[in-house]
Amino acid sequence: MADIQDYNSTPKYETFSYLPAMTPDKMRRQIAYIVNQGWNPGIEHVEPERAFKYFWYMWKLPMFGEQSVDTIVAELEACHRAHPDHHVRLIGYDNYSQSQGSSFVVFRGR
Amino acid sequence: MAVKKYEAGVKEYRQTYWMPEYVPLDSDLLACFKITPQPGVDREEAAAAVAAESSTGTWTTVWTDLLTDLDYYKGRAYRIEDVPGDDTCFYAFVAYPIDLFEEGSVVNVFTSLVGNVFGFKAIRALRLEDVRFPLAYVKTCGGPPHGIQVERDKMNKYGRPLLGCTIKPKLGLSAKNYGRAVYEVLRGGLDFTKDDENVNSQPFMRWRDRFLFVADAIHTAEAETGERKGHYLNVTAPTCEDMMERAEFAKELGMPIVMHDFLTGGFAANTSLANWCRKNGVLLHIHRAMHAVVDRNPHHGIHFRVLVKALRLSGGDHLHSGTVVGKLEGDRHATLGWIDLMRESYIPEDRSRGIMFDQDWGSMPGVFPVASGGIHVWHMPALVNIFGDDSVLQFGGGTLGHPWGNAAGAAANRVALEACVMARNEGREIEREGKEILTDAAKDSPELKIAMETWKEIKFEFDTVDKLDVVNR
Repeated sequence: MADIQDYNSTPKYETFSYLPAMTPDKMRRQIAYIVNQGWNPGIEHVEPERAFKYFWYMWKLPMFGEQSVDTIVAELEACHRAHPDHHVRLIGYDNYSQSQGSSFVVFRGR
Repeated sequence: MAVKKYEAGVKEYRQTYWMPEYVPLDSDLLACFKITPQPGVDREEAAAAVAAESSTGTWTTVWTDLLTDLDYYKGRAYRIEDVPGDDTCFYAFVAYPIDLFEEGSVVNVFTSLVGNVFGFKAIRALRLEDVRFPLAYVKTCGGPPHGIQVERDKMNKYGRPLLGCTIKPKLGLSAKNYGRAVYEVLRGGLDFTKDDENVNSQPFMRWRDRFLFVADAIHTAEAETGERKGHYLNVTAPTCEDMMERAEFAKELGMPIVMHDFLTGGFAANTSLANWCRKNGVLLHIHRAMHAVVDRNPHHGIHFRVLVKALRLSGGDHLHSGTVVGKLEGDRHATLGWIDLMRESYIPEDRSRGIMFDQDWGSMPGVFPVASGGIHVWHMPALVNIFGDDSVLQFGGGTLGHPWGNAAGAAANRVALEACVMARNEGREIEREGKEILTDAAKDSPELKIAMETWKEIKFEFDTVDKLDVVNR
């Protein structure tokens, strides 16, 4: 039994939440992937206790056609500064599948 | 108008049913059969016989043939091709007018195409290789109750394959112990757990008890992790009435998904359940027990790609596809072919994948392929590469067999999956760099590290029995 470790479950928030928090470099690569797929980036945020809800607060509007990773990073950081305690997630809207090609939390709330 | 007179007796099939000059209509249902004829029966006669026996023909002329326009209703054998690398058999292509089939009835299509003709004496063996369902017919079928996009939205899973696990031992657990196993897996990080196909409502665990404890497990795991969870509650039952009763109870408990075995349960039951699921907002997972009985012999039976098409028409949101890498049968190219048939809206003919016809599904939703059986964390890079995001990867033993238990096993799989998806998005070749990617991820996950040590050496490398006929010997 001494070899067995106990497993504690903690609150998670879907894709990539089982990996360590993203470094700025890792974040930029995932943003570049969304841009390269032709998806439209969109930012959402929410208080951690409300995270289970489908709908989070939308930050401005989705950035249709945005190609610049720098611009997307700047908006994510602006949202994070305005709501430092909130989860902030980035969505890649795929308008052909009419779904989200990707969605992951970039800044983890408190 | 040509006048026909009644002549009793036996005519050669080819006089009526072999029409090499026929150009199929867009509305025709097309079938490709692999025919192994009896010695002495030539190809044209055998092909014509199959067309006849699967449509309007019977062994002798009858006077009532002349009361209708048989030339309109008959199936036509219109092409014959060699099977590459196999001289014992050949491909016969048959076109059927759409009016031979009741609208929205997979049951009716199969009763004709794979009915009496499969026992016909003039042929030694017969296999239905592929069917082209005309778009006009596709539009009469309900199809998947929700489809891939709607399921992603309901379950809130984006940008990665979904993860599942079949609860083991498959038979013998009490409902409460079973619920415990479900809870541990879901709190550890998987999206779904699954009833084994054999689990219906046996004396050791009646269905209502199972549903109640599983519902508690799901609600608790969702509250703890903040993520949406589901368990494929198997509603396969001895009668349709029992099946519906179980589905209704799952819905009452707020369960997001139920499960059915479409071949043992039957197409009529499956279509009814799919229609109920669509009306009631419940996802439908489809298991395929009995398929290998029908699809494994390369010379006789029905190819799995045809069963895939039948299921997509009858209705299901998930369907088991084979893994390519695990313990179950499946040639990689053929598997990729039927995965496309599940998910895409238009699939062009591609002989290298065994696809004999273009297939247009129009707006019919897609089905999630489910890769399940004999897979573990070391397979993850290959699975993500082969299946892409729109798939469900199911680790049964690969979760429950973890030395620290189900929750740790689930976490190991989830970490491995997310590491592979992240690396793929970064542009890395994940199958080639798999070991490095997993080893890096294991630095932050002791659960993954132990899993990698536990399953390192396990491989399944048997030869595929049913290989694609694309290369000449």
